[in-house]
Amino acid sequence: MTIFPELVLAAGGLTLFVISLAKTPSERLTYVAALAFGTATFVATVLSFYSQGLLFYGAYAVDQYSQMFKVLIAFSLLITLVFGKNLKGISADIHAEYYLFLLLAVLGLMMLVSSVELIAILVSLELSSFALYLLVPMRDDRTGLRVQMEAGMKYILFGIMATGFMLYGMSLLFGLTGTTYLKDILLYLGNHPPQPAMVVAILMVQAGFLYKLAAFPMHFWVPDVYQGACNATAGVIATLPKFAAVALLIRFFILPTGHSPMVVELFAVLALCSMFYGNLCALVQKDLKRMLGFSGIAHAGFILLALLTLKAEGYGVAIYYIAGYVLMNLACFLVINQASQSGENVRIDDLSGLYKRQPVLAFVLATGLFGLAGIPPFIGFMGKFLVLTTVLRADHLLVVCLAAINTAIAIYYYLSVVKVVYTVEPEDRPSITVGPMVQLSGIVLIIAITLLGVFPGKLVDYASTVVQSLH
Amino acid sequence: MELLLIKEGFPLLSFLIFLPLVGAVVLLFFHGQTFARLWALVVTGATAVSSIPLLTGFDSSSTKYQLAEAYLWIPRFHINYIVGVDGISILLVLLTTLIMPFCVLASWKYIQQRVAPFMFCLLVMETSMIGVFVALDFVLFYIFWEFMLIPMYLLIAVWGGPRKVYASIKFFLYTLAGSVLLLVAIIALYLRSGSFFIPEMMWQPYSLTFQVLVFLAFFLAFAIKVPMFPFHTWLPAAHVEAPTAGSVILASILLKMGTYGMLRFCLPITPDATFLLATPILWLSIAGIIYGGFTALAQQDMKKLIAYSSVGHMGFVTLGIFVLNIRGVEGAILQMINHGVTTGALFLLVGMIYERTHSRELALATGVGRYMPWFVTLLTFFSLSAFAFPGTNSFIGEFMVLAGTFQHNTALALAAIPGAVLAAAYMLRMLQKIVWGGTANPDQSYLTDLGVREVVVLTPFLVFVFWIGLGPQPFINLIHGSVHHLVEQLVNWQQNQQVASVLWH
Repeated sequence: MTIFPELVLAAGGLTLFVISLAKTPSERLTYVAALAFGTATFVATVLSFYSQGLLFYGAYAVDQYSQMFKVLIAFSLLITLVFGKNLKGISADIHAEYYLFLLLAVLGLMMLVSSVELIAILVSLELSSFALYLLVPMRDDRTGLRVQMEAGMKYILFGIMATGFMLYGMSLLFGLTGTTYLKDILLYLGNHPPQPAMVVAILMVQAGFLYKLAAFPMHFWVPDVYQGACNATAGVIATLPKFAAVALLIRFFILPTGHSPMVVELFAVLALCSMFYGNLCALVQKDLKRMLGFSGIAHAGFILLALLTLKAEGYGVAIYYIAGYVLMNLACFLVINQASQSGENVRIDDLSGLYKRQPVLAFVLATGLFGLAGIPPFIGFMGKFLVLTTVLRADHLLVVCLAAINTAIAIYYYLSVVKVVYTVEPEDRPSITVGPMVQLSGIVLIIAITLLGVFPGKLVDYASTVVQSLH
Repeated sequence: MELLLIKEGFPLLSFLIFLPLVGAVVLLFFHGQTFARLWALVVTGATAVSSIPLLTGFDSSSTKYQLAEAYLWIPRFHINYIVGVDGISILLVLLTTLIMPFCVLASWKYIQQRVAPFMFCLLVMETSMIGVFVALDFVLFYIFWEFMLIPMYLLIAVWGGPRKVYASIKFFLYTLAGSVLLLVAIIALYLRSGSFFIPEMMWQPYSLTFQVLVFLAFFLAFAIKVPMFPFHTWLPAAHVEAPTAGSVILASILLKMGTYGMLRFCLPITPDATFLLATPILWLSIAGIIYGGFTALAQQDMKKLIAYSSVGHMGFVTLGIFVLNIRGVEGAILQMINHGVTTGALFLLVGMIYERTHSRELALATGVGRYMPWFVTLLTFFSLSAFAFPGTNSFIGEFMVLAGTFQHNTALALAAIPGAVLAAAYMLRMLQKIVWGGTANPDQSYLTDLGVREVVVLTPFLVFVFWIGLGPQPFINLIHGSVHHLVEQLVNWQQNQQVASVLWH
């Protein structure tokens, strides 16, 4: 039972592989298989929530920490599968391959959150990354400009560069400590005097995860990939890998470098750069996905803020924040997927009068955007508030003030989307029909965004306790 | 917790907060127009009726927070659900609950499209407004304070006038930008005092620098909401474009949150900064009074005229608060209620004429007195009240504020007098044009006078105009205890300041 979710995903991947062998794989069968395995994965993660175990010579830890992330990842996967139905923008004969790589990417992410050894981390990371790289250029070439190819190239080139940094950092870590097990590295660092090379090594490893999180200065791929990938793929890239990024960043943040003031200052600067860069660029965007990409960079800054407290409570808040961020982003991408008629990109103007064309979608989008903007009572507000509280408790007044000013900048672009949805006339844009499953998942997201926002206590407490057990 | 008088048994305040919310949720499932109107009226009416026991349960001789309820909410961060009322907030809660049914009635015909979502927004607004006035935990307060922006934004943006997009965005951005630093100040206070419980943050020996910074963060948020003179530009836009009910809510209740915030937070939490910065704020208030008056004098749009007059009236309120004596503060609270009653009624009247002429232009509404006698009669009463004619409610409020100001500084009081004269000038100008007009009046013979529903809506406002105007003692009794306590503590604080500052530095 310990690795039940991973087994389900692997089985799903194999099944879809078999389906893809057919000359003309049935579109319906493919989707049903993908959805069935997505659901099964979610059920499996819930069932194995309390399982414990150390596998593969201690390289693979199944514990509360990893299982918590697995549930979150599986839930997000399920939602993306539901709203990404039909895979608009991807030609029907490669649907099976698409789902195959999607499930493999998720398998990689699940392995990543469980990996506690450097090689295992690298292998899982590459499994998830390469599967995701492949999803981007699968979009059909509707513009004739091959933007999806450009996006795919950018994604892979920046990704490989980040992996290079990470590998170099890992080799330094191994050279300094003589072991590849995180637990032994932690032990070693506790017993030996701090070395400057250690800081370099850990920062380089973290650079790889900053890339996944899309934080400054590893953010360059974000806008083009979001815009170039098809709507469903962008929804996956914007949400699932962030969980793994946070999970692994925390694993490396708890390694004591001996030079924590410097690391904290560095990350404070990175966080602020992320926020200012993301928010200022998002102000002028016309494409909704691109805007969400820049807003994602800004939110990555908030997560770095929570991490730089270097305390279990801060890590717990970071987990809460990322969970909230993913929920709100899922809500936005759910609407993007439905608002796009045949898989084209959605400009902000295209949402004109969405309120009259499909009120439920408008409500979901407004909830997501107000949440991202940090308006109470949604989870985005509580996340922002708890982050600011923990950071101010660690005595970074200036950082907190600048972060607060950033939320004021951010509201403008979120609000201008809501404005278009609620006040501009639809003119001749057709009304949108959405299936019951999509409506249901939209409502589930709204409820989750609101309830977790009003009652954050349980989740933050749980996450903080779990992180405490990592030390 | 000894500052609270916990109410055993029925949780009245929570009931008042959440009843409209439950009503709003019901509207999500039933969309019928007639049903939505009736249901909203029933829910707001029920809230109004159930707020009456506040008066019987309230002990005005006690300075504690009464009818309080306290529950654990997020223990890790010491955030609790604590609500309660005292003399400063009780009248504002009652004002909110009592005015909402009339907002629903005022929208009865005005709102013809998307009635259910409109009523949904109104009910959600009521929840967050009551929440702001009764919250005693700073996080709870902030949640209600910020959440309110969403329904208010939608009220203006969806059901507003021609420039609704501009007005609603401006309203949202201004108010939100003002309150982001408020959040930082709240967290900073929590880290010093160890809890988000508002009364525990009061009268603590914070250093002067800290107080000044917190005060400025508070002041920016509240001054934008009031709005005080240099921060007022969102108000005319929002007022003009909002539907009638939206204007009434804005004028009668939303603006009061700014001044309520100053009384509840600035004075007791940062007393030293208050003493230090009171003088410039007093002169800003004077500037607002004079500026509002002169600008109102030049308006051609009735709603804009009343909006600018609000800037002037709210200037009297901030003036009363920052003279820091009992008369001034009591006058300020009374003036908050008066402004809510009078300006609310004036906006309702403008809305009624707008429903008939589809214009808010003063020039197009001239000379209606002949065809709408009831309308102009009521308009006259409320206009007289607006410029503080003796016998009406505003006279009492402004008189007390000015008396308090004379006690504080004669020059300041003399500077405020032209504001009172200006108020008479612009209100009488409007009255003259609407009732009589000139020789070139447009043809108004198609106008029909107010119906029963409209007279019923306005009558309670008129009752309060004269009740407060002729017999204000019951109202003053309600607020006196808390105000007396607040001012007394301020005076003590000032007297012990020297000793204290030696101890801390």
